[in-house]
Amino acid sequence: MTALVEVKGLDKVFGGVHAVEDVNFSVEAGKVYSVIGPNGAGKTTLLNLITGLYTPTKGEIRLGDESTARLTSNQLAERGMCRTFQHMQVCMNMTAIENVMLGLHLRFNSGLLATLFRLPSMRRNEALARERAAQLMDYVGCGDYLASEASAMSYGALKRLELARALAVDPKVILLDEPAAGLNATETAALEELIRKIAEQGVTVILVEHDMKLVMGISDQLLVLNYGRVLAEGTPEQISQNPDVIAAYLGG
Amino acid sequence: MLNQIMQSRLRGVMLLGLILIFLPAFFANPFHYELAIQVGIVAATVVGLNLLVGFAGQISLGHAGFFGLGAYFSGIATGTYGWSSIPALVAGAIAVGVVAWIVGRPILRLKGHYLSMATLAVGFIIAIILENERALTGGPDGMSVPPLEVFGWQLSTFGRYSLFGLEISGVQAWYMVAGVLLVIATWFALNIIESPIGRALRSLKGSEVAAGVVGVNTTKYKSLVFVVSAVYASIMGGIYAHFQGFITPDLASFDFSIVLITMVVIGGMGSTFGVILGAVVIELLPQALADFQELEMAMFGLILMVTMIFMPKGLLPTLNSVVPNITRKKAAEVRHDSTG
Ligand SMILES: Nc1ncnc2c1ncn2[C@@H]1O[C@H](COP(=O)(O)OP(=O)(O)O)[C@@H](O)[C@H]1O
Ligand SMILES: [Mg+2]
Repeated sequence: MTALVEVKGLDKVFGGVHAVEDVNFSVEAGKVYSVIGPNGAGKTTLLNLITGLYTPTKGEIRLGDESTARLTSNQLAERGMCRTFQHMQVCMNMTAIENVMLGLHLRFNSGLLATLFRLPSMRRNEALARERAAQLMDYVGCGDYLASEASAMSYGALKRLELARALAVDPKVILLDEPAAGLNATETAALEELIRKIAEQGVTVILVEHDMKLVMGISDQLLVLNYGRVLAEGTPEQISQNPDVIAAYLGG
Repeated sequence: MLNQIMQSRLRGVMLLGLILIFLPAFFANPFHYELAIQVGIVAATVVGLNLLVGFAGQISLGHAGFFGLGAYFSGIATGTYGWSSIPALVAGAIAVGVVAWIVGRPILRLKGHYLSMATLAVGFIIAIILENERALTGGPDGMSVPPLEVFGWQLSTFGRYSLFGLEISGVQAWYMVAGVLLVIATWFALNIIESPIGRALRSLKGSEVAAGVVGVNTTKYKSLVFVVSAVYASIMGGIYAHFQGFITPDLASFDFSIVLITMVVIGGMGSTFGVILGAVVIELLPQALADFQELEMAMFGLILMVTMIFMPKGLLPTLNSVVPNITRKKAAEVRHDSTG
């Protein structure tokens, strides 16, 4: 039992809104851990805290042996954490493949001099990055867009592109904020398959999702948030039978 | 794919080189050369500024300040202290780069209007310093600068030189210098854009949040592009000082900063060849409309507004997308005619 991600007494207050309040949980390495709860429950805020976009008002976050609550998102990426967004964050001023290559930034960077003179070392790096990015686009199922501008892609394809970019970081832990939102049933089934494959490769997945069929089918462990507080935690079976959860969420 | 990009980048630079080689065929007198040299120097500056504004999505309303600093560094180092030109240009670039890095760190945290105001203030402060340090700069009256010294030649616009047995005039020699510098400036800019560094810069504009979560140190890259664009301005400012032979603090003025930004905007933010075209248009316009000189700034404001409203992508990208449309429409009409 090794906890890869651990959250203790986490609080985030925005003005008068207590978006996340005294949240505790830990995620074991290699598991799919899902966070559910009604809109406004604080799920996105929780992910933003874990990934370094927000600083907690109070509480502790650990990644492996390290306390990470004060780290920035790029420092967390260096430590093997990456994510996708509920409101997509794709660079529309780039091509599709360049977005994925951006995800390879930490692995295939070149210095300023090598760049200015386009030295062979830089060109080799660039070719490797392009090849790896193309593989990843195939892997997530947007291989048809290898030559496209990002702005020319459909909503569903963009969501997969974002996933490819996150995988490009070669993360130990990946956080997905409502990846199935706006997808149809076929696309959701393909996404479920993909998340399963990612988890099988040993990547820890923290998933925020409204699609109960997807969540219940794929998760090892679930956390239910309500008004920023933990309502329940357990396996999918435990959660689906929890009377509090049924009253507050599943039933309504 | 990679090959294709390589080739298109090469093709662009080669086309620029060819245009620069054949352009003098249209020059009737030395004044045309001088105009072209001036356009080239300013265009190279704008190519650098475009990295910051067009590609990284940041703003600088004080960039003339760095141009002015570079000009005065070269002027003072060569004129007052007797350095030769190239070491002065290099030292000036380093000094201005350091200044940009120091002022950039705090202000680049700001966004939008706040960043505009802060960079505007930087430009003002530099202009004021240049005006008030009379002992060094000669104050508002300006100072004279010795000719550019390259490979032992003293390059003055009034001189006469022989190159590989060919007799060339001073303005022709200067035209070559400006042309080569513009090609190099463009080549470097294109190399930066199509690289991991360039993607990191463009991601600052596309989505700073996304850049951060994939590991781009956004603070570092903002500083980097600010410094790079300031170094472009510094070097071209130094070159300009040698070319004009006389400089005043106006080089660092707010007006000139606005001229530079106008070139980026009308040229099409994020298009390197577009902003060169922008520099050409904005530099030549006052020549064409010499009677309206007092209204120059008002005109630039108007051009800026009209461009932003009707061609938000700028001159070249708009032309690019309109021209194929027209040809396609024509083709469709032809097909229609032949079937109808
Ligand atoms: N940046 C912010 N500033 C102010 N309030 C915020 C911010 N982010 C989230 N909130 C508030 O925090 C609460 C939780 O929001 P969020 O985490 O987005 O919920 P969820 O993702 O579960 O729908 C909401 O009341 C929301 O308005
Ligand atoms: Mg949310």
